[in-house]
Amino acid sequence: MSIKLEHVTYLYGQGTVYEKYALKDINLEIKKGDFIGIAGHTGSGKSTLIQHLNGLEKATSGKITYDGQDIYAKDFDLDGLRMKVGLTFQYPEYQLFEATVFEDVCFGPKNQKLPKEEIERRAREALQLVGFPEELYEKSPFQLSGGQKRRVAIAGVLAMQPDYLILDEPAAGLDPIGRTEILEQIKKLHEEKGIAVILVSHSMEELAKYVDRMIVMNQGEKVFDDTPKKVFSHYKELEKIGLSAPAITYVMEELKQRGFPVRTDFLTIEEAKEEILKVLSRKSKEGNNA
Amino acid sequence: MLRDITIGQYYPSDSSLHRFDPRTKILGTMIFVLSLFLGKSMIAYGFATIFLVSAIKISKVPFSFIVKGLKPIFILLIFSVTINVLFTPGEPIFSWWIFTITKQGISLAFFLAIRLIYLILGSSLMTFTTTPTALTDGLERLFGFLKIIKVPVHEIAMMMAIALRFIPILTEELEKIMKAQAARGADFNRGTLKEKMQGLIPIMVPLFVSAIRRSNDLAMAMEARCYHGGDGRTKMKPLVYQKRDYIAYVILGIYLIVMIGVQIFL
Repeated sequence: MSIKLEHVTYLYGQGTVYEKYALKDINLEIKKGDFIGIAGHTGSGKSTLIQHLNGLEKATSGKITYDGQDIYAKDFDLDGLRMKVGLTFQYPEYQLFEATVFEDVCFGPKNQKLPKEEIERRAREALQLVGFPEELYEKSPFQLSGGQKRRVAIAGVLAMQPDYLILDEPAAGLDPIGRTEILEQIKKLHEEKGIAVILVSHSMEELAKYVDRMIVMNQGEKVFDDTPKKVFSHYKELEKIGLSAPAITYVMEELKQRGFPVRTDFLTIEEAKEEILKVLSRKSKEGNNA
Repeated sequence: MLRDITIGQYYPSDSSLHRFDPRTKILGTMIFVLSLFLGKSMIAYGFATIFLVSAIKISKVPFSFIVKGLKPIFILLIFSVTINVLFTPGEPIFSWWIFTITKQGISLAFFLAIRLIYLILGSSLMTFTTTPTALTDGLERLFGFLKIIKVPVHEIAMMMAIALRFIPILTEELEKIMKAQAARGADFNRGTLKEKMQGLIPIMVPLFVSAIRRSNDLAMAMEARCYHGGDGRTKMKPLVYQKRDYIAYVILGIYLIVMIGVQIFL
């Protein structure tokens, strides 16, 4: 069970003055159950990349397979793929259109031509999964707050019961509490439902905290594809392409450079704190012994 | 898909046609269009062709890119040509059932087609070589005299500029919304006409919501910058005619005289 990209290239605006490589020879495999983060500067090809995963954009050259089937084959069921690989764009609340929240979430499963009871069961389940309060189901989506709208939009995709969930900046433009809530909710989905999550984000702290594997894009090319720890150890290269490592990486690197013997590959403040305390107690012991 | 529509777009390049004052280009286009309706002979259209082809050559816009702009009017063109060929009375050449093809019909259809094509090519050449801002600036100055009879020229020009500016933004937005709904399994090409019409709702509602939201934001931003209409407003880059504009006007004048001359004496 996987989505596999082989030598995928996408040329934007072919044959005009605006011609540009949005993707250049991308090789990638996404397995079911992965929690992947995609980082990259604006215009690095992140958004184009994720739109290839569910066949919204067609690669100029290269091959994409879903469970071994070529998605560009004539008899391939693209609609079916889009149900299996759910995608929400940046600011997904702009896709809401129905009179009530509940009806809007029903839009996806309705397109799957399911029986009415099943549609409603799925919509209810999806809204519960994103933690949307039941008393607001009959409200107009346009009356909700930004964070609530975002939940409804994500529920709209979840209601199709996808195996993969791709989220483009799901927390952008939300307040700090809203951000954490949305991301925790996504993490829970991954853990409880086993949905593979692909998270596009600008925030290195967010990626460090949640993902198991990190892909870094720059000018249409895949620069890194590794665990967050290993990617952040290249923080100098990250800076060159307009990104950074989490603040804690800088603190630890600085300590090390000033002669404090700590390891530097930590993703959270808690881990780093433990390490500093460990080194301090070891030092004080050495001091006592001497 | 939506990117393929080239009519009305700006094509960035560095040609002398791009550098002309927008007023020169607007008046030039008007003279060209006028000349198309003056001329009724092959010689006249020969001159018009020379004028148009040299303008395209100077503009450095690829010919294939300009021709793409004809696509949207293709159906209209075929329709009007067919009607003219079949239903113009005159000297019959060929007759079948209720249709009679006449000599006059063919010549009328031919000139009509050329006129339409040249009209589109000429006016799209203007938009290809003029940025929307320069275009509205030029229009505002050209029609400035209407202020005397209380026509809000500046406001109309500003509305036009904003509308033009929003075309690419809304096109992009539309594409994004269509993709977002396609990701939720919407299919815009399948089903009966009624189903297709209903399929537009998930696109049109978010598009209108976003257009209204954007215009609200823009209105707020303009008020925050104390925008109060055209009275006493100065320009950062006022339009000033250069030497090349005067040369262009001389050429345009000669062209117009030749076209009128051809019409009168031939």
